[in-house]
Amino acid sequence: MSSQPTVEHGHEEHGHEHHHEPAFIEKYIFPLDHKYIAMQYLLTGMFMAVFGGFFVYAFRLQLAFPGISVPLYGTVSPTEYNALVTNHGSVMIFWVAMPVLIAAFGNFLIPLMIGADDMVFPKLNRLSYQIFLASVVVLIVSWLVPGGGFGGAWTAYPPLSAKAQYSLTPLGSTLWLVAVALEFVAFLIGGINFITTAMNSRAPGMGAKDVPMVVWMICIASIMFMASVGPLIAGAVMLLFDQNLGTGFFDPDKGGDPILWQHLFWFFGHPEVYVVLLPATGIVAEIITVFSRKKLFGYQTILYTAIATGVLSFFVWAHHQFVAGIDPRMANVFTITTVLISIPIAEMMFLYIATLYGGSIRFTTPMLWALSFIAEFLIGGVTGIWLGASGMDIYFHDTYFVIAHFHYTFFPIAFIGTFAALSFWFPKMFGRMMDETLGKIHFWGTIIALNFIFIPLFVLGAAGQHRRIYNYNHYPELSTPDLQSLRVLATVSLLVLIAFQFVFLFNFFWSMFRGEKAPANPWRSTTLEWTTPSPPGHGNWSPNDMPRVYRGPYEYSVPGRDEDYWPQNQPS
Amino acid sequence: MAAFKPIATTRSATGVLTSKLAVWWLLASEVVIFGGVLCSYLMHRIAHPEWAAYAAHTNEWIGLTNTFVLLSSSLTAVLAHNAAEREDGPLAARWLLATVGGACLFLMIKSFEWYTEISHGYTISANGFWSFYYTAAGIHASHVIAGGLIMLWVANTARKNEELHRVENVGLYWHFVDIVWIFLFPLLYIAK
Repeated sequence: MSSQPTVEHGHEEHGHEHHHEPAFIEKYIFPLDHKYIAMQYLLTGMFMAVFGGFFVYAFRLQLAFPGISVPLYGTVSPTEYNALVTNHGSVMIFWVAMPVLIAAFGNFLIPLMIGADDMVFPKLNRLSYQIFLASVVVLIVSWLVPGGGFGGAWTAYPPLSAKAQYSLTPLGSTLWLVAVALEFVAFLIGGINFITTAMNSRAPGMGAKDVPMVVWMICIASIMFMASVGPLIAGAVMLLFDQNLGTGFFDPDKGGDPILWQHLFWFFGHPEVYVVLLPATGIVAEIITVFSRKKLFGYQTILYTAIATGVLSFFVWAHHQFVAGIDPRMANVFTITTVLISIPIAEMMFLYIATLYGGSIRFTTPMLWALSFIAEFLIGGVTGIWLGASGMDIYFHDTYFVIAHFHYTFFPIAFIGTFAALSFWFPKMFGRMMDETLGKIHFWGTIIALNFIFIPLFVLGAAGQHRRIYNYNHYPELSTPDLQSLRVLATVSLLVLIAFQFVFLFNFFWSMFRGEKAPANPWRSTTLEWTTPSPPGHGNWSPNDMPRVYRGPYEYSVPGRDEDYWPQNQPS
Repeated sequence: MAAFKPIATTRSATGVLTSKLAVWWLLASEVVIFGGVLCSYLMHRIAHPEWAAYAAHTNEWIGLTNTFVLLSSSLTAVLAHNAAEREDGPLAARWLLATVGGACLFLMIKSFEWYTEISHGYTISANGFWSFYYTAAGIHASHVIAGGLIMLWVANTARKNEELHRVENVGLYWHFVDIVWIFLFPLLYIAK
C-alpha cells in the first residue's frame, strides 16, 4: 500500500458538505465541525466554572465566619466542607482548565491556524466531547448520591480515598474516580486528534517553524498529557478495585503501599501543571506579538524551552512527597530537578519581555490579560522555587503557602489565560467584538481582587496555617484576631472577584448577540485564522481556495512594507 | 454510512498516512498505561519475595499455550496485511477473521484458567500478587476484546475492498496487544 493518503471516497461528499450548512441538530447538538465542538467544550467549561466558583464561595465563607449560614448554601458541615474543597480543586483543574484551554481553544485554533478545514478525525472529536460530557454528568451525580460528594482531596490519597469507613462517601468516591477516568479518556482521544492534525494537515508551505506558537504549545501539552496520564489510569483502576473489590494495592495490611498512589498520581499530576501552562503561554505569545507589533523574540528558543519544560516535568513529581516518607537522598535529586525546571520557564518569560521591548504597545483588553499573565505567573513561579527546595518545603508543606503558590500559577493559567484568549479570539468565534470598557472593568476588578485573596494566604501559610481544616477556632494558636482578619480579607476579596465575573458574563453574552460586528481581521494579525470571515463558515475556507503559507507567523513591522503586518498567506 | 472526510484528513505533511500516525500515538498512550501497571507490580514484587510462593500456583502451561495462540494470531494479522497490500480485500477479511478466532480462543482459555484459579480460592482479593495478576491480565484481556471487535468491523469493510489501510492499522494494534502479553507472561507466571 502506498503511503500517500487516498481521496477517492470522500471527494464528492466533502464538496457536498461545503455547499450546505448542516441542519440545527447536526450543527449544535451533535456537531462534527471543530468550531462547534470547541463551543461545546467552552460552554461546558464555563458551566463547570460556576460550580467550582460556588464551592469556593461556600467554603471560604465558612473559613472567614465559622458556622454562619452561607447565603444560597446554608451551614457547611465538616463532611460537606471536605467535599466542597475536593470538588473545587477537581472541577477547576479537570473540568475547567483542561476543557477550556486545551479542548476548546485547541479545537477552535488548530485547524484555523494551520489552514485546514477541520480536524483529521471529526467523529473522534465528537466522541471526545461526548465522553467528556458523560464525565460531567457522572461528577454531578456524585455530588447528589447518599453520603454526598467525595471529600478525600483532589489528590485522592489512600487510605482516605480507598476505604468508605474513612471517607464516609462510599458512592461519591467511586463516582468521582469514574468521572476523572472518563475525562482522561476524552482528552486522550482529543489529544491524538490534535497531534495528528497538526502533524499532517498543515497548509501547503507551512513548515515546522511557520506554525503559530499556540498550536505548538497545545500539541506539546497533548503529548505530555498522553505520556503522563497512563500510570494514573492504571492507578485509577487499582483504586477502583481497592474501593469495590477488596483488593489491597494501596493497603499495607494486604501487602500494598499507599505511597504507590502518590507516585502514580504525581507522575501525572506534576506534568499536568505544565499541560495547562503551555497552552496559556502560547496564547500569551500570540497576543503580545499582535499588540506590540513585533516579531516573537526567539521563536525557536521558546519552542526549545517548552520542550525542555515538558521533558523535565517528568522528573520532578516526588517534590510533592518530601514529607511522605521517601528516601532523603531521593529528595535531593528531586530538589535539583525541580529547581532546574524553573530555568526554561524563566527563559520563556524573559523572551516574552524581550518581545515587548521597543514594541508599539497597545493596552487593549487581551493585551492587559496577557501582560498580567506574565506578572502574576511569575509570583507563582518564584514561590515554587521555595517549595521545590526540600528544606523549606518541610516547613511549608500542606500550609496555605502552598495553596497561594499554586493558585498564583493556576489562576493565571486557567482564568487569565482564558480571558486573554476569549477577548482576543471572540471576534473570530462569534463574529462580534467584545466591549472594551466592560472588558477593562472586568480586568482590573479581577486582577486587584486576585492579589488581595492570595497575598494574605502566603502570610497565613508562613504563619503556619495548615490547609484542609474546617474551623480554625479549634486551634487556639491559629485563631488569633490578626490571622482571622487575614482570612476575612481573603474571603471578602474573593466575593469582590466573583462579583466582577458577572461583568464578564454580561459582556460575553451581550457581545455575542449585540456587540459591534467584527471585521475578518480586527487586530491586523498575520496568522491564518484571520484570513477567514468572522465567524468562519463550515469548512473555514472555500475548498477551492484553501490557504498557502509563505512565511512565519510573526512578521510585524517588517521594514520597507506599507502595512505593519505581513499575513502568512500573502505571496509577496 | 456517510463518508464525510474533511480535506484535512486527506493531507499528509509528514508522508505518513494520518490514520497510521494516530494508531502510533494511541499505542504510545497505551504503553504508559501498561508501563504504570507493570512498574507498580515490579516494585511490589521486589519488595515482597514471598509472592514467589503465590506465583508458583499459576499454571505456566496454560500461559504458554495462550502465548502460542496469541503469537499465531499475530501471524494471521500479518497475512491479512499482506493480502491488503495486494488489494485482495476478501482474503484480508478472512485472515482478520482467523485473527479474531485466535482472540476468542485466547479468551476462552483465559476464562477456563481464571475459573479454575478462583474455584481454588485464588481470587482478586486473596493477596497482593493475585490482585496484580487479575488486574494486569484483566486490562490486557479488555484490550484483546476491543481488538477483536475492531477487527470484526475492519473485516466487514475490507471484505468490500474498502478502506484497506485499516487492515494494517488494526494489525499494529494487535501486535501491540501481543507484545504486552509477552511481558506479562514471564512476569506473572515464570518469575520466581
